[in-house]
Amino acid sequence: MKKRRLQLEIEGIVQGVGFRPFIYRLARENNLNGWVLNTSGGVLVEVEGNQKTLEMFIRQIDEESPPLAQITTIKSREVSVREDSSFVIKDSRKTYYTQVQLPPDIAICNDCLHDIMDPTNRRYRYPFTSCVNCGPRFKIIKSLPYDRPRTTMKKFKMCPECNTEYNNPLDRRFHAQPNACPLCGPQLWLKKMSGEKCLTRDPIGLTIDLLKKGNIIAIKGIGGFHLMCDATESDVIANLRTRKRRPDKPLALMMNKLTTVRKYCNVGSMEEEILTGIRRPIVLLDKKGEKLPRNIAPGIRYYGVMLPYTPLHYLLFDKGIEVLIATSGNVSGNPLEYQNGGVFENLKGIADYVLGHNREIYVPVDDSVVRVVGGKKRVIRRARGYVPQPLMVGGLDNGLALGGDQKNTFCFARNKYAFISQYLGDLGNIDNYNNFKLMIDHFKELYKIKPDFVVHDLHPDYQTTYYASFYGDKIGVQHHHAHIASCMAENNIDEKVIGLAFDGTGLGNDGNIWGGEFLICDFKDFKRGGHLNYMKMPGGDMAIKEPWRLAVSYLNRLRYDKADIINLLRIDEVEADIILKMLNKGFNCPETSSMGRLFDTVAALIGLRKRITYQAQAALELESIADNNTEEIYHVSIEEKGQKYVVNTDPMMGGIISDHKKGVKRSIISSKFHNTVIAFTLEMCRLIRHKYGINSVALSGGVFQNKLLLEMLCAGLKEQNFKVYSQAKIPCNDSGLSLGQLAIASNRRKD
Amino acid sequence: MNTISLAHGNGGKMMEDLIDNLFLKYLNNDIINKKDDASPVPEIKGVPVISTDTFVVDPIFFPGGNIGKLSICGTVNDLAVTGAIPLYLTVGFILEEGLPIKHLEKIIISMAEVSREANVKIVAGDTKVVERGKGDKIFINTTGVGMIGDKLKLSDENIKLGDKVIINGSIAEHGLAILMERNQMDFSTSIKSDCCTLSDLIVTLLSETNGIKFMRDPTRGGMATVLNEIATRYNVGIEIEEEKVPLGDEIKSLCKILGLDPLYLANEGKVLIIADREKSEKIVDIMRRHPYGRNSSIIGTIVDNNDQQVYLKTRIGGKRIITKLMHDMLPRIC
Ligand SMILES: [Fe+3]
Ligand SMILES: [Mg+2]
Ligand SMILES: [Zn+2]
Ligand SMILES: [Zn+2]
Repeated sequence: MKKRRLQLEIEGIVQGVGFRPFIYRLARENNLNGWVLNTSGGVLVEVEGNQKTLEMFIRQIDEESPPLAQITTIKSREVSVREDSSFVIKDSRKTYYTQVQLPPDIAICNDCLHDIMDPTNRRYRYPFTSCVNCGPRFKIIKSLPYDRPRTTMKKFKMCPECNTEYNNPLDRRFHAQPNACPLCGPQLWLKKMSGEKCLTRDPIGLTIDLLKKGNIIAIKGIGGFHLMCDATESDVIANLRTRKRRPDKPLALMMNKLTTVRKYCNVGSMEEEILTGIRRPIVLLDKKGEKLPRNIAPGIRYYGVMLPYTPLHYLLFDKGIEVLIATSGNVSGNPLEYQNGGVFENLKGIADYVLGHNREIYVPVDDSVVRVVGGKKRVIRRARGYVPQPLMVGGLDNGLALGGDQKNTFCFARNKYAFISQYLGDLGNIDNYNNFKLMIDHFKELYKIKPDFVVHDLHPDYQTTYYASFYGDKIGVQHHHAHIASCMAENNIDEKVIGLAFDGTGLGNDGNIWGGEFLICDFKDFKRGGHLNYMKMPGGDMAIKEPWRLAVSYLNRLRYDKADIINLLRIDEVEADIILKMLNKGFNCPETSSMGRLFDTVAALIGLRKRITYQAQAALELESIADNNTEEIYHVSIEEKGQKYVVNTDPMMGGIISDHKKGVKRSIISSKFHNTVIAFTLEMCRLIRHKYGINSVALSGGVFQNKLLLEMLCAGLKEQNFKVYSQAKIPCNDSGLSLGQLAIASNRRKD
Repeated sequence: MNTISLAHGNGGKMMEDLIDNLFLKYLNNDIINKKDDASPVPEIKGVPVISTDTFVVDPIFFPGGNIGKLSICGTVNDLAVTGAIPLYLTVGFILEEGLPIKHLEKIIISMAEVSREANVKIVAGDTKVVERGKGDKIFINTTGVGMIGDKLKLSDENIKLGDKVIINGSIAEHGLAILMERNQMDFSTSIKSDCCTLSDLIVTLLSETNGIKFMRDPTRGGMATVLNEIATRYNVGIEIEEEKVPLGDEIKSLCKILGLDPLYLANEGKVLIIADREKSEKIVDIMRRHPYGRNSSIIGTIVDNNDQQVYLKTRIGGKRIITKLMHDMLPRIC
C-alpha cells in the first residue's frame, strides 16, 4: 500500500492538557512516524503511513482525546512523504496567528492527591504537586504557546527526576508545565505580618495550629490570597468581619469533604457533581438548619461552599479541621490580593499571618460561584475554573465589549467563539479599573487580537464608557438590551423575543433608571413593550444603600402623612422630614422602574432591612424569608400608556402596608409579594404576546438570581406555552453584559 | 418708585439718577467719578492679566452672600489664581423690569464692600434694563484687569509625581447653600456660602513662599472637576485622601442625606494649589495664618496614572475613582 503523509492542524483546547503525549502514544501504537508540536494556533501534527492507519489515527484523536481537551477542528492536508524513522515531539513554534484556547485552572486530580498523601511518595505533603491533568494554567501563563518558559514556573529549574518525568511521553507529568517536587519546585513559607519568617520546618502544620487558636491567615491559593479562619467560632468570624469591613455579606466556606458538606447543607446530585468536579466553584447550598455560627451568612438561606482544590488546601484539613472560612483576601471592595509584595501592606490589620510561596501568580482570578436553579447549573460569578474557556456563539465581529461597571467582565470574539474575561469586580475602584485595563492588554497579547471597535454601556459616568472614549470606533448599547442579548447569545437564538430584564440599575433611553423592563427585541434593536411604574429615589445612589428612603418615597406617593410614615418605618424624624421635602420638591430624586428597587422597597416597608451593607442584601433577605405555603397574591393593575404597558404597583404596596399593619408575618408577605411579581409578569407576557405575536421569552438581569422567582416564573411561563430562555453558563447579572453588548454591536455593524 | 422700570435704562433723567444715587454713591473712586465713556488708568508695570465672567446665579440672595458679592469675588479670584494682583474691574448690569431698587442697592453695597476688601477699583460700568420676563431679576458681568509682578510668580517647574494638593478650607459650602436656597429646602442649618476674595491670601502666599506650581479656584463642578482638569492637562493621576479633605460636619451629614457628593459642589472662596512636596508644609503653615486659610490642609498627591484619573482614598481604605461628571449625578450602583 502506498505511503502518504498528512499534516493535521488541530484547534481547540489542546495545550496544557496532555495533548502532545496523547498524540505521541497514539502514533506509536499505530506505528506511524512523524512529529507533533505546539503552535500559537493549536497543535500541528505530521504523520506518515498507509491510508487506513491514518484514517484510524484521526478518528482516535477525535474520540479518545484527554479529559481536559476540547477539539474544535482538525484540518488535514496532504504533504510529501519524508520517510521519517520515528515519531517525535518537537519544540514549540511561534506563529502570528492564533486560535488556541487555553485551559482554565483545574482542581488537583486523584492521582496527584494520592501522591501527596502517600508517605513513600517523593511528593508526600508537597503543596505544588500537579500533573498534566490538573493544576494551575490560566493564572500562570504569560504568553502563548503554553510552555514552561512562558509561565511563572520559568524560574524553577527541574531536578533530574522531574526532568525525566517531564520528558517521558508516557509519564503523567510529560510536559506538565508546572511540574515540580520538593527538591526543585516552589517552596512554602509562613510569615508574620511584619514580614518576619516563622521558624518551622512545617509551615502547614503550624498554620493549622494557628487557625485552631483563632488566627486569621492569608493563604496563597492559585488565583490569589484567601483569608482563612476557623468557621466554627463566631468570635473569630466576627473579628474577621470587623477587620475586613464586611459586616453582613455571606462568607464562603471551604469544607474538607463531601460528607461534611452534607452535614451542614442540602446537597442534590447535580450540586454534588459540581462540588467534586474539576472546576471546584463555590456552590450556593441551602442550609440544613443553622449548625454553624450565624454570622457566616446572616439572614439568608444558603451557604457558599467549596471543596479544596489545591494540594495545599487538602493539607490544611489535617488534625481535625473540617470547615474553614475561605473569603477573598482583600478589604471589601478592593481587588483580590495576589502578589507577595502587596499582601503584607494591604492586608495589614486584617490577617495575622501569611502562608505564601514563591510561585508567582500572573493573572489574579477569584473563585467562581454557581447555584443550581430549576435543574440547571447557573454560574453567578465566572472566574476560576471557567475562564478563559470560550463559548460557541455565532455572528460575532472582531470587537471588544467592555461590559458594565459592576461585576465587570469584558468580551471579545474570534470566529465562532466568544471569550469572556474573568469577573473583575467594581470598576469604580481605581485598582480594579487598572486591573481591568491590564487584563484587556493581557488577553490582547495572549490571543493576538486587535479589536476593530469597542462597545460600551450608555451610562456616561461608567468607567467602561471612559475607557471607550480613548477609542475611535465605539458603539453604545443600552444596558437592558445587552442583558437580553446576552441571554439570546448564550442560548444561540436569533429571533424576536419578549425580553424580561429585571435588575437593579441601568440607564434608560429616556434618562431614567430602568430595571423592570419588558423589551421587544432582537440583536439589532429593541423597544420598550412595558415596564414597572416609575418611583422616585430620594438621594439617587443613597436610596440604593438605604432602602428606607424608597419606603418613604412609596408611602409619600400613597399619601401617608409624615407622622404615619415615621411611625410605620420607625425612622428618625429629621431624616424623614428632609426626605419628604426632597420628594415634594423633586430634589435629587431620579425616577426608576427597577425591579431590584421594588424588592428593596418591600423589604424596607415591612421593617426587614433599612440599610444595606452589600449589594442586593435587602432583596436576598426578602427572598430568604419567603414562606412557600401561600398562594395568595396582591392586587396590581396594568395600564396601557401610549405604546407601552405599565405595571401599576400601587395597589400591591397598599396591600403590603395594610398586611404589615395588621401584623401578618413577614414570611407570608414576602411570599405573597413574590407570587404577585410572578402573576403580573405572566400577565404582561400574555398581553405582549397578544399584541406583538411573540412567543419566546428571554430572562436576564441580576434579579433572576432569585431562585424562587426564577423557578416559579419559568414554570408559569411554560404552563402558558411560552418558550423560555434563561442564563446558565453566563451570569444573568451585570457580568453577562459584555457578551450581549458584543452581539448587538456586531449585528448593528452588518447594515 | 421702588422698582426698576424700563425708563431706568433709556439714557434719560431716571437713569442718571440711578447712576448717581446708587451706583456712584457706593462704587465711587477717583477714576469712575469722572463718568467718562472710557477710563484711562495708570500704567501697569508687569504682565497684565484680563478675565471676564457673567453671573446669573439663582437665587440672587443666599446665606453668605448675593449675586453682587459673587460677581466681584469670582473675577478677582480668577485673576488671583493666575498669580496676578487684581487692580481694576468693569461692571455691566442687566436688570429685569420690576427688580426692587432696595435689592439692587443691597447688591451694590456688597459689591462696594468686597471690592474695597480686595483692593480693586471699579473703573467702568454699564446698565441695561430688559422687559419683564426677558431676564431673571439681575445679571452681572464683571471684567477684571490684574498684573503679574516680578516677585509674585508661580513656580515654572513642571508638575511632577509626589507634588502635593492643598486647599484652603472646607469645601462644598457655596454649592450646598445655593442648592438648598434654590430648592427651598428650608430646614434650619447654618450653612453659608464661602464666597470671598482670595487675592490677599494668594499675594501673601506668593510673596512669602515658593514652590507653588498651579492654582485654580474650584467653582462650578467643584473640586472633582478641577482635579480632573489638572489630571488631564498635566497627564498625571491624583490621589486625594478623604480624611484630609476639610468638610464641615453639617455639610457632611446634609450631603449624605441629600445624596450629594461634596467633591462636586461649587466653592467661591477656595483655591486648590499644586505645590512642590518639600514646600507644601510651609505653604500650609502660612495659609493657616490668614483668615481665609485657617482650615488649610494638604489633601492629596500627584501620582502616576496613565489614564489621568483622580481617586479618593476612603477612610476604610477603598480607592474610589472621582470621575469627570458628564451629567448630574446619575445612580450608578446596582
Ligand atoms: Fe444590570
Ligand atoms: Mg471665569
Ligand atoms: Zn494531577
Ligand atoms: Zn524536582
